[in-house]
Amino acid sequence: MEFLVASAIGILTAAGTYMVMRLRTFPVILGMSLLTYAVNVFLFASGRLTVSAPPILTDAEVYTDPLPQALVLTAIVISFGMTAVVVMIALGSYLGADDDHVNDPVIDPDAPDGEAKP
Amino acid sequence: MTHWIILPVVLPAILAPFIVLAARYHVGIQRVFSIAGVIAQIVLAASLAWQTSDGTVLLYQLGDWAAPFGIVVVGDRLSTMMVLLTAILGLFVLLYSIGSGWDTRGRHFHALFQFQLMGIMGAFLTGDLFNLFVFFEVLLIASYGLMIHAGGNARLRAGVQYVLFNLMGSTLFLFALGAIYAETGTLNMADLAQRLSSVDPAETVGIRLAAVLLLMVFAVKAALLPLHFWLPSSYAEAPAPVAALFAIMTKVGAYAIIRVYTMIFAPGVAVTAGLHDVWLLPAALASLALGMIGVLAARSLDRLVAFSVIGSMGMVMVTISLFTPESIAAALYYIIHSTLAAASLFLITDLVAHGRGDLRLTAQPFFAGGRRTAGLFFVAAIAMAGLPPLSGFIGKLLILDAAFDQDSMRWIWAIVLTASLISVVGFARAGSTVFWKARSVDPEPDAETFPAPDALSYVAVGGLIALLVAHTVFAGPAYRYATATAEQLFNPTAYITTVLETPGKLSDAKAKDKEEDH
Repeated sequence: MEFLVASAIGILTAAGTYMVMRLRTFPVILGMSLLTYAVNVFLFASGRLTVSAPPILTDAEVYTDPLPQALVLTAIVISFGMTAVVVMIALGSYLGADDDHVNDPVIDPDAPDGEAKP
Repeated sequence: MTHWIILPVVLPAILAPFIVLAARYHVGIQRVFSIAGVIAQIVLAASLAWQTSDGTVLLYQLGDWAAPFGIVVVGDRLSTMMVLLTAILGLFVLLYSIGSGWDTRGRHFHALFQFQLMGIMGAFLTGDLFNLFVFFEVLLIASYGLMIHAGGNARLRAGVQYVLFNLMGSTLFLFALGAIYAETGTLNMADLAQRLSSVDPAETVGIRLAAVLLLMVFAVKAALLPLHFWLPSSYAEAPAPVAALFAIMTKVGAYAIIRVYTMIFAPGVAVTAGLHDVWLLPAALASLALGMIGVLAARSLDRLVAFSVIGSMGMVMVTISLFTPESIAAALYYIIHSTLAAASLFLITDLVAHGRGDLRLTAQPFFAGGRRTAGLFFVAAIAMAGLPPLSGFIGKLLILDAAFDQDSMRWIWAIVLTASLISVVGFARAGSTVFWKARSVDPEPDAETFPAPDALSYVAVGGLIALLVAHTVFAGPAYRYATATAEQLFNPTAYITTVLETPGKLSDAKAKDKEEDH
């Protein structure tokens, strides 16, 4: 199981890193989502992997660490909200400029009003 | 246990939804509540700073759960000083945004402003690493809204870059937190500081990785080379009052580095030897040099100021990276100076933009209110470039003095002094082009003229400049306070015992645990 979870985190991170380095906003946002999935699983695994044990301190000998679950919940909510925000801003930028490249356009500072160079 | 210390976080958290829900359509009411809120913040922050000035550590346990089970809010000299600085900066930025009418160019400026303050205050006051992440997100999500306030294509595009870069920073932060929790089983800063000594010296891979990841996250916030790429366009494109408020955001990164790397991964801790104590200084020197060269190379005034922020953050980080009590004290003095100077420069840039319509560094006809603006720019540029007599010069002297008996002294002195010279040339060139040469250009007969900026705008900028002068005049007391703060940082015993030994719910369980351990 450790191998499965570890390789899942690794593949998600690798794919996410690759996508984040693309030039257009849509693949970059997809890459960001992959990275956040990877980090959520990683956080979940940081309390060690235990199968079919209660996430609560009881008299039982075996239990799952409940804290990472709480951390993951917070992280999921935050990353979900952040992804929604970045999608909205990126859409606004795309619809406004008719261009969804992530990098700055080459601006000729001597031209009036900072027109983009052809 | 006092409840006052949570108020700098709770007050804006209540005020912001109130402004959105009740005062949505009345800018006047929003302004009144926003200003009242910030003034209350200043009073609160000043009283907290007063309480901690004798070295007491204030502690608030949320829900009365004892640390490390519950979340704690901790105020020591450093936290309360930064909270006070934020509140004062917030007041002047708010005055400017009202005077210049920036708050009416889009919706919900005041609500987002309060949320932004809440995040910054929380980041300074929290005593828990995961909570630090949460407050980082609070301040970031408010800053995303403020960053694209009033819209525009260039601003939205810069906003996308800013949001994406910071999202990646947040993801790294979570990876670091997961690694730390997996290695030590706690995220409470005081508890971590204690448990780090019990990490097996043979298996330090995880904790070393986490320490470096965490440093990278804070370096993104502090715009340290090579993680500074988000700063120039976002600060230049953001609305001027927002950029001025962002002057404290880079300091949040510096604060987090000071806090974590003096208390948890302290310079003497064997587990993380050879990491940040070796690599932080070259990166800081490089970003100092790059920032000041950027000042000289910039072709518009807003980019110039943005690069000067990178340069002054480099200066702060050079000093922090020495990790001695003297250097941290010098860094704290310089942090206050650099926040005030950067904020006033951003506001002055907006005064220029108001009069001329664009910010290119070319000679253009003189504009209304230009004489006053030129005078303010002159003073702020002297402060930022670190020329006598203002606080930038004193700060630089303290930094050079702190580096005097270090092995790396030659490098630090050479780069700090050369970079200062370059920035002096850059600021002099910009000032003479924008303000001096304006006399030699005749205005076109049909050119539109803009009215002089509102008096309140000048009050706000003048207030920041006056604070810079006060920081210079009272440099002695300020530096003594910074020294006392640095001493407290290097003796974290009081902080750790206050956090871990104050009784609360579950502290019996902790005591029982300890007995079983022994």
